[in-house]
Amino acid sequence: MTAGTLHPTLAVLNRQLTLYRRLWQASIFSSFVLPVLFLISIGIGVGRYVGSVEGVDYLSWIVPGVLASTAFQIALGESTYAVLGDFKYVRAYHAMRATPVRPVDMVCGHLLYLVLRAEAAVLAFLVVVVFFGGLHSPWSLATPVVCGLLIAATAAPVTAFAARIDHDSYFSLLFRLVMIPSTLFAGVFFPVEQLPAVVRPLAYASPMWHGVEMCRAATLGRATAWPLAVHVGYLLVWAVGGVALAVLAFRRRLED
Amino acid sequence: MADQPLIFARDLVKRFGDFTAVDGIDLEVAPGEAFGFLGPNGAGKSSTMRMIGCVSVPTSGELRILGMDPVRDGTAIRARLGVCPQLDNLDPDLTVRENLTTYARYFGLSRSESHRRADELLEFVRLSDRAKGKVEPLSGGMKRRLTIARALVNEPDLVLLDEPTTGLDPQARHLLWERLFRLKQRGTTLVLTTHYMDEAEQLCDRLVVMDGGKIIAEGSPRSLIETYSTAEVVELRFPDGLDFNADYAAKLAGVGERIDPLPDRVLVYADDGDAALAEVHRRGLTPSTVLVRRSTLEDVFLQLTGRTLVD
Repeated sequence: MTAGTLHPTLAVLNRQLTLYRRLWQASIFSSFVLPVLFLISIGIGVGRYVGSVEGVDYLSWIVPGVLASTAFQIALGESTYAVLGDFKYVRAYHAMRATPVRPVDMVCGHLLYLVLRAEAAVLAFLVVVVFFGGLHSPWSLATPVVCGLLIAATAAPVTAFAARIDHDSYFSLLFRLVMIPSTLFAGVFFPVEQLPAVVRPLAYASPMWHGVEMCRAATLGRATAWPLAVHVGYLLVWAVGGVALAVLAFRRRLED
Repeated sequence: MADQPLIFARDLVKRFGDFTAVDGIDLEVAPGEAFGFLGPNGAGKSSTMRMIGCVSVPTSGELRILGMDPVRDGTAIRARLGVCPQLDNLDPDLTVRENLTTYARYFGLSRSESHRRADELLEFVRLSDRAKGKVEPLSGGMKRRLTIARALVNEPDLVLLDEPTTGLDPQARHLLWERLFRLKQRGTTLVLTTHYMDEAEQLCDRLVVMDGGKIIAEGSPRSLIETYSTAEVVELRFPDGLDFNADYAAKLAGVGERIDPLPDRVLVYADDGDAALAEVHRRGLTPSTVLVRRSTLEDVFLQLTGRTLVD
């Protein structure tokens, strides 16, 4: 590669960032304001009645949960309509297909963009949380890494799904069956152990729980529920498997 | 290398399930040529273009683009092609200029180089004053010009234009043709599909006529007209012609080279249109309207297939 040339994956990232420069206002509330509102209303408001959970004040207990769920929701939400729209209406992927950009570049460029976008929300939230005294360990610095992994583990399979379907009504299924249950039951607001034993495996299956668990271990400075390698490995399987499925789905959708 | 064809196809076939879109065509396009595919919708033009653009895999036959194999070397070939697709796929949320700069970077161009080329191309397609505006409010002709500018951003060896002026008003078409003609004069190799006769005559050095997935004729516009038509055509419309054009055709037997009764008019093919018209009048026939015109590729297509081109 000669000086000044750009890898096609980064060229796709460049397009997404250029688009985001035009459209960022729409995401300010959901990415930056809403997580703080959750922290105030649930962490402080509800926390006053809850007291402490697992030996820490409730606000400190849900900080890592809200952090991971912010990353999770951006990753999932931005891999749905945006991906389908770029196939169906904008046909941006068809435009890329006529250039040296390969399906793997399209998928990885999109994921890189989401990691950057969601990390911006993660970092902003962390700064706010410092003022609430919600971080209790230097390991908190590792949470952006955990969130990056969670973003990839979520966005990659959802991107594959979005590239397979032909109608956006499937997304409401995804929101109702995956996003909302994960947010409510995968350890963000209360320990998964509170769930009946029969439904607990559903929480364990969600990438969100593993992200929350690792973030919580980091901000509270304690050990993870399961061995760290299991949490990381599980998210890696989703991320790598999701990328493979997404590349296949893009290739199939763009071939004729 | 210099006289190696940019496109070489032998017995090229594309099937979609049971449907054969392209049915064994042979092609050679030389550097600097303006080459056209002429035919009605469904003739196989776009399928052929997509195989040439390395986005559709041939079912069988041999295809070489820029001397390379489109399946194995697709990425390397696409790096040297400029593609203007039939359906616009501009980014509506980006500005006009950003549409060019983001696309330029898909080819690995640096930021400064992509900006330089974007400005130069906006000048070329006369959209400089819209550079900072959104794409959405642009007219159809402006969007198509922007898509053509985008196709030129990598300084391609071969430009593919799939129905470049379909759906545009006459004024927009003429401006586009003028720009494409300018490109052709610079020596850019153009390959285009069209179902407009006048477009093929204006822009193509050489063309193939396609119908039902096959090439049914090949040559320069002039030589096709000379081979398959006469120099001039007389169009006759009779007041009761809708029911009796076949009868009028019988009465016109022997006038000109050939008589073609269409549902709405009778065509008389003759090298001297005025002489043929004099003979029509001498036979006591009184058409309500008369048009003596130069023969076009439309007449060639009619002669080859028995059908008009744009139905």
